[in-house]
Amino acid sequence: MQNLPDRHGRFGEYGGRWVAETLMPALLELEQAYKQARRDPQFRAELERLSREYVGRPTPLYHAANLSARLKGAKIYLKREDLCHTGAHKVNNTLGQALLAVRMNKSRITAETGAGQHGVATATMAARFERECEVFMGSLDVERQSLNVFRMKLLGAKVRPVDAGSRSLKDALNEALRDWITNVRTTYYLIGTAAGPHPYPMIVRDFQAVIGREARRQIMRHEGRLPDALIACVNGGSNAIGLFYPFIKDSGVKMIGVEAAGLGLNGPSHAATLTAGSVGVLHGNRTYLLQDEMGQIRETHSIAAGLDYPGVGPEHAWLKDTGRAAYVTATDADALEALKLLSETEGIIPALESAHAVAHAVRLAPSMPRDSIMIVNLSGRGDKDMQSVAKALGVSL
Amino acid sequence: MATQGRIERKFQELRARGEAALIPFIVAGDPDLRHSAMLVTEMEARGADLIELGVPFSDPMADGPANQRALARGLAAGASLSAILGMVGELRQQTEIPIILFGYFNPYFRYGCDRLCADAAQAGVDGLLVVDMPPEESAELAQPARAAGIDLIYLLAPTTPPERSRAIANSASGFLYYVSVTGVTGARAQVGADVEHHVRELSAITTLPIGVGFGISTPEQAAQVAVYADAVVVGSALSLLIETHGGSDRLLPAVGALVGAMKQAMRAARRGQPQAASA
Repeated sequence: MQNLPDRHGRFGEYGGRWVAETLMPALLELEQAYKQARRDPQFRAELERLSREYVGRPTPLYHAANLSARLKGAKIYLKREDLCHTGAHKVNNTLGQALLAVRMNKSRITAETGAGQHGVATATMAARFERECEVFMGSLDVERQSLNVFRMKLLGAKVRPVDAGSRSLKDALNEALRDWITNVRTTYYLIGTAAGPHPYPMIVRDFQAVIGREARRQIMRHEGRLPDALIACVNGGSNAIGLFYPFIKDSGVKMIGVEAAGLGLNGPSHAATLTAGSVGVLHGNRTYLLQDEMGQIRETHSIAAGLDYPGVGPEHAWLKDTGRAAYVTATDADALEALKLLSETEGIIPALESAHAVAHAVRLAPSMPRDSIMIVNLSGRGDKDMQSVAKALGVSL
Repeated sequence: MATQGRIERKFQELRARGEAALIPFIVAGDPDLRHSAMLVTEMEARGADLIELGVPFSDPMADGPANQRALARGLAAGASLSAILGMVGELRQQTEIPIILFGYFNPYFRYGCDRLCADAAQAGVDGLLVVDMPPEESAELAQPARAAGIDLIYLLAPTTPPERSRAIANSASGFLYYVSVTGVTGARAQVGADVEHHVRELSAITTLPIGVGFGISTPEQAAQVAVYADAVVVGSALSLLIETHGGSDRLLPAVGALVGAMKQAMRAARRGQPQAASA
């Protein structure tokens, strides 16, 4: 396998830098700064220290014995990213990029957010590193996720509601890019997933790859061998690429991404970009998109607020086309069932996003031998979802 | 050498007359395609030299609020690329004014780069400007565009360093579009003091005409820029007028009046100060 992305920021035909000229110099500057930081022992030591002392890494790799016994198949391990500071894997990326922002002397950090998880993780780091912080959020999401809006404000961030378009995540991303075009000299734009123009998909992957590196070490310690399958939910795809990347060259390890099928793939209410989308260019990269035949971007749906982006990171597009990873789907109902099952069997309430990965594990495990091993990325905890879960189950709180 | 295109010919004529080009931008399909066609002929009659037609896209990340709303109106009116090319084809029965499509890559890509260039040339489109396509990503569109005789217009920004400007100028044709603000499209209170300096620097490294746009909304601003640039682009101000008047009887007079006032101010400015940067 080649080392990707190539020098144009491409993974095969995917990726690249599809941005307005105003941003091109900033992207080239960011790429240089990142390459220098990556080689700098001091930068790496600081990242490692804060990952340990502030984020709480390494996160455990937990053998879900009850769930495995219930499913009568593969031995299931959970990579516990839900135990990270702020409650999800998002913080791995925001810590790394915030350190980069400090190194680049940027006084202001901006981010887009959908459900608010990445916004909270960014606001957290902005507070820690004493930067001004502004988070762009679709005005629909601002209404739907008032708790996270409050968290961000408590952390000292400004939350900017975006009224354009569908008033959700993709529009927040548009507005964050517009802001960056305007304030590019002073601002570090901290993108939340492994998508966007080069070098972001590479940077986000590298900072998230700590998940896979730890999991690899931990499974070798527990089992003395590599797993048979890795399972992670995919929308932009940062937690999945973080788990997959350190295993890409291990051809015996199956990599399975689980997309949100929402109310079902037959209708428009889903966010299964790789499964049901087509190739296009949006937000700086060429990748799979949910779009109509004219190239207009479609609106999406998932019960998991963090799975409703109509695109996907370019490396996943490439992994799909090469066949190295497989992409499947789970519906809202599948995810809810999985959330209940994991809560009951293991005492762990997963985020609705992560519940999509659990749902596929539940489907797959029974068909695998008892001595086979799978690792499921539990990318976040479910506390943030209790309102929507209760509503979906018909319970009033 | 390919035969001389409408864009090149137009700039030569203007240069001979000592004029700067006025390039109005309107979104195709705003308020509907029938009015867009009427606006093009009205603007030409009032002194527009080239026309930029915005191609609606759901996610216009380099546009400010006025053009975002205009693009949404165009989208709602069903201005697809094929419908826009159909409109240009019809316009070509009545006018030779150079027409440039201004848009984002994804609708072009879904249409197909080869097919787009062939159909656009056939319809009478002269240039394509792709906001989110820097030269690094241009290969698949540049080849069919060249084959079809369509100019690819590139943007240069205040953040573009000189060596990069030179590289872009070398791969561009038609004219260079200097973005006068570090920001998105939309009216600004004034034209930045450094724009003239940047434009004069650029004119030293290219023989292509240089247009200036983003943020220019009044006859005074257009006149100021026309002194040193080969072309002035006005967009958001027209989108706002179209928003105000919609498909009413007042639309054409209102848009025509602004275009006319801008062109007049630009002519007067050039007469007062005949030394254009690249003349």
